[in-house]
Amino acid sequence: MSECIDNQANERVVERANNRPDNRPNHRVTELRPDLARISDWIAPGARILDLGCGDGVLLAHLARTRQVRGYGLEIDPDNVAACIKAGINVIQADIDEGLADFATGAFDYVVMTHALQALVRPDLVLAEMLRVGREVIVTFPNFGHWRVRLALLRGRMPLTPALPSQWYDTENIHLCTLDDFEALCREFGWAVLERAWLDRRHGTGKLIGLAPNLFCENALYKLRRPNA
Amino acid sequence: MSTAVESSTPASSPNAAVTAADSVGIVVPLAIEISQPLMLDCGRSLPQHILMIETYGTLNAARSNAVLICHALSGDHHAAGFHAADDRKPGWWDSAIGPGKPIDTNHFFVVALNNLGGCRGSTGPTTTNPETGHAWGPDFPIVTVRDWVRSQALLADQIGIECWAAVIGGSLGGMQVMQWAIDCPGRLKHALVIASAPRASAQNIAFNEIARQAIISDPDFHEGRYAAVGAKPSRGLKLARMLGHITYLSDDAMRARFGRVLRGGGDGRFAFNYEVEFEVESYLRYQGQSFVDRFDANTYLLMTKAIDYFDPAREHGDDLAAAFAKAQAKFLVIAFDADWRFSPERSREIVNALVVANRDVSYAVIDSPLGHDDFLMPLPEYQAVLRGYLQRVADELAA
Repeated sequence: MSECIDNQANERVVERANNRPDNRPNHRVTELRPDLARISDWIAPGARILDLGCGDGVLLAHLARTRQVRGYGLEIDPDNVAACIKAGINVIQADIDEGLADFATGAFDYVVMTHALQALVRPDLVLAEMLRVGREVIVTFPNFGHWRVRLALLRGRMPLTPALPSQWYDTENIHLCTLDDFEALCREFGWAVLERAWLDRRHGTGKLIGLAPNLFCENALYKLRRPNA
Repeated sequence: MSTAVESSTPASSPNAAVTAADSVGIVVPLAIEISQPLMLDCGRSLPQHILMIETYGTLNAARSNAVLICHALSGDHHAAGFHAADDRKPGWWDSAIGPGKPIDTNHFFVVALNNLGGCRGSTGPTTTNPETGHAWGPDFPIVTVRDWVRSQALLADQIGIECWAAVIGGSLGGMQVMQWAIDCPGRLKHALVIASAPRASAQNIAFNEIARQAIISDPDFHEGRYAAVGAKPSRGLKLARMLGHITYLSDDAMRARFGRVLRGGGDGRFAFNYEVEFEVESYLRYQGQSFVDRFDANTYLLMTKAIDYFDPAREHGDDLAAAFAKAQAKFLVIAFDADWRFSPERSREIVNALVVANRDVSYAVIDSPLGHDDFLMPLPEYQAVLRGYLQRVADELAA
């Protein structure tokens, strides 16, 4: 349940590319999902990385090719695990909700988790664990403060948006938060925010987002560091 | 060297599986004589030894596509195909080895052997000790997983394999794979460790000890010299195997397969005696009996001891990651979630150590119906992982 949640409209672009007849995904995809491209800009070459909920390994494959990183993905879904193995990506089948106790403190330069935070049983505990295991953490999540979400709630219904396409009763997203909620969590735990990127649905940055991020950002990317690190 | 695969099979084969397109067909075992002396962990040495092998597929010109299959407790060199057209059953891992199968003989030259100390033709307790002219029996040295890897490395030298494309094994076979990666880091590109463990647990050793005691306390054991007096510790060996079979299946699998069903379709009343009554009793007795017919008790003792002794972390301050520090192979570790003999947690110990050692490793946990036995089964999820990984290994060879 903590696998990479495939609820992003533009992930479908990558999916399409992955379903080509030769069935050789990842490596040949030249056009990387824009949020993943941004993440890769935040990662120093040659780093050691752990990607939580790595899906079919598209980010790790890209980072290995362009940034010479060494790393492992954690993934729970058997089909995704098989896809990573087929693509030559180091993947470890595991449930993030069961914790990162198998990994030593400071074992990785970066621990990355894209669009899985909101599906975890205890996102705060997992983030703390990520910050223990990694020198830095990169995390992305859908902003529940976006105006579409607020409009839906004003109308009295749970939101169905391109970023949150599932019904309230069958969604895997059980711990949604707004940008301000996330910033407050970081302050509370003393996590330093090294980078933030507030993106729209197409992972662009518009003027409106700059003016009122918590209203207009749909996808948030954060780079964190633990205190005393 | 010549391959043991022969494409011609009799036209009127009684067993259609022999001529199936994904079978390696009829295979002929080969005896490989290794004339270099082999120093053993126990301090003794063997001046020469014989290993029985089978090979499937064709060795390429670069001699780079060879895959070694390491067998488990009761396995041997007959991993795939058939010895005769009317064989009832193929080799023990025929589900995975063959043209188009996960260990694809269209790409790989697959070598399977009977380990030193085995009882299927390789030098062991049942073969003749050249010094005495009699069968070794209990005088055969107790060999270790490390000894096996040394012996397999001599075999590789002999057949001209400098570096295996992959070494693959399940259970005790997986232990040999790990030992290969640790002891001969430059001689294998990929290490596939399936349903295995980094060392035997106290519980594993306990089960092995009961198995050994069952054999040793059989009045027909004669301190291991049973063959010399024309006896066979059948009851002990049968008990040992029955015990083993309990550990190969999960509680759920046994319940699903046998439940409390009574044999014979009688009136469902209890017989109030000690004859076979429940289906599970029948199964265990059958498994035990058929094992006695094909296996040697001294070999069984020796194989269980090899499991108990295996502990590569031991020489590295109990630090498995340190043991893997010099390994160069890329690893695939596979576990089965219903396996309680070597549970997924044990495989995860291997994976964790490899991560600390900064080795390439992937790990899959297969949703399995049976338990430990599943590593021999053609489960689709399992085969997809094996196939996907080995396809890449084959692609590397072609690149």
